[in-house]
Amino acid sequence: MREVRISLVGFGIVGHGVLEVVRRKRELLKDMGLDLKVVSVTDINGTLFDEKGIDPQRLHGARTLEGIANLGIIGKEAIQEIDSDLVVEVTPTNIVHGQPGLGHIEEALSQGKHVVTSNKGPLVVAFNHLKELAQDNGVMLKYEATVGGTMPLISLIEKNLVGNEILSIRGIFNGTCNYILTRMMEEKYTYSYALTEAQELGIAEADPAYDVDGIDTAGKVVILANSIFGMDVKYDDVNVTGIRDITPEALNLAWERGYLIKLIGDVPTLTVKPMLVPRRSPLAVGGTLNVASIETDLSGTITVTGLGAGSIETASAIVSDVVSIYTSRQIDA
Amino acid sequence: MRLSMDLELQDIPGQLMQSLEPFKKYKGNIISVVHHRDRKTPRGTVPVQIVFEIDPSNIDNVKKHLEENGIVVVRAGEDRFIEEISVLLIGHVVHSDLGDTINRIDSTGFAEVEDLSLRMPGIDEPSSAYMRIRATGKEEIGTSLSILRKVGAEKDLLVIEPIEAEKI
Ligand SMILES: NC(=O)c1ccc[n+]([C@@H]2O[C@H](COP(=O)([O-])OP(=O)(O)OC[C@H]3O[C@@H](n4cnc5c(N)ncnc54)[C@H](OP(=O)(O)O)[C@@H]3O)[C@@H](O)[C@H]2O)c1
Repeated sequence: MREVRISLVGFGIVGHGVLEVVRRKRELLKDMGLDLKVVSVTDINGTLFDEKGIDPQRLHGARTLEGIANLGIIGKEAIQEIDSDLVVEVTPTNIVHGQPGLGHIEEALSQGKHVVTSNKGPLVVAFNHLKELAQDNGVMLKYEATVGGTMPLISLIEKNLVGNEILSIRGIFNGTCNYILTRMMEEKYTYSYALTEAQELGIAEADPAYDVDGIDTAGKVVILANSIFGMDVKYDDVNVTGIRDITPEALNLAWERGYLIKLIGDVPTLTVKPMLVPRRSPLAVGGTLNVASIETDLSGTITVTGLGAGSIETASAIVSDVVSIYTSRQIDA
Repeated sequence: MRLSMDLELQDIPGQLMQSLEPFKKYKGNIISVVHHRDRKTPRGTVPVQIVFEIDPSNIDNVKKHLEENGIVVVRAGEDRFIEEISVLLIGHVVHSDLGDTINRIDSTGFAEVEDLSLRMPGIDEPSSAYMRIRATGKEEIGTSLSILRKVGAEKDLLVIEPIEAEKI
């Protein structure tokens, strides 16, 4: 049995999901020879630490660590102090400076700890730097959950499509925009009405700019460009148009001609903009779904679709990354 | 030489195959056949558009042969516009001089706007226009899109292109 000591940094929607998935899948993971032990959980209040692995009962019903934390350290200090093999970094995304996640990931990699993250910020700001840091320290950096949530995209390309040249990836990478456009089309809602509905359902944030202006999608485009296409691009290299100017009339006009309007991210052209998608195209998925079409030289075009967000869904991608670190074998010559 | 022909077929089995026969006989190379079964004419016939390449000296023979088989040849001629693309514009489409927008494409000589539809929800509200652009080739479609993007930037219109366009 391989014991894996995990430090969880960030105890929000995704952080809670990670604890839950590890709890629910404990037996299955043990059957695979992995004993995943979450030895610490950190948020801005402090850190809860237990070297024998935190009993999920201790966190039952708790939204934050306020009053529960048993160590006063957070952030880099916590990563440094706590003896762990792997850090799961799930703090809020900031794609301008990448913090606090960037500092956390740098610290963990420098300490020789593997990192699995759903936080786009550090990868958008410093992908190549972090990849090198991981390599120099002989550890892995995995980030499947940053693009398309639970939808397998990066691992699909790196594992199953290995040997293919990837010619392009285009798709819908933001469930909030997809939901708004779907409702505008189906119900003839105005943009602001559909947005309000999405906010009431918790699908859109109170400040929706990050989603509806295409910023989130552009961040994912940057991650795909740097990781899959070996480019060295930044957020500013992406040409971005959001969905605020779309009207129900335009959606209706498009529909009559056999099209939907979707916010499409495209690599390597590095564009994010609303586009006409034929109604019968595999990219024509509705609701909060994400979808990506991968154009390859050998395998043709492959399309995957799935939920781009959600606590358990995102956590499942994180746990898959953790498992893959310990199950991928390297064959030495 | 590349040509196109609009035919009207009786809606009976075997007519489509029969209509293709003379093209074979006179060594025409058929490029596309579009069968508009859903757009029957009031006379009950089915419109068909055939694009083909043929030695121009044979075109009259093809026509004659078709007519002998009871097939109506509505139009036959050179097909200049062989590629097409759909585009949607959102913004003050009409008040930013729609005529000029269209003319910027039409005046190229290698592309033209056809099949325009408008939606104008109300004064001061953004309107939308759907248009189909036809052009003499893929490259010309690409150039037309660049022109539209430029016009869009000038007139503050959102230009929504189809996903296939990226591949051009
Ligand atoms: N939610 C999804 O479905 C989803 C899907 C894909 C990717 N992601 C990404 O995953 C990450 C986490 O998302 P989320 O929805 O779980 O966010 P969230 O609910 O806002 O949780 C963020 C957590 O990080 C904590 N935190 C903030 N600053 C910290 C610091 N300096 N040190 C330690 N902890 C800190 C927060 O504590 P406080 O609450 O006490 O401030 C909170 O517990 C984000 O980067 C997001 O973009 C989310």
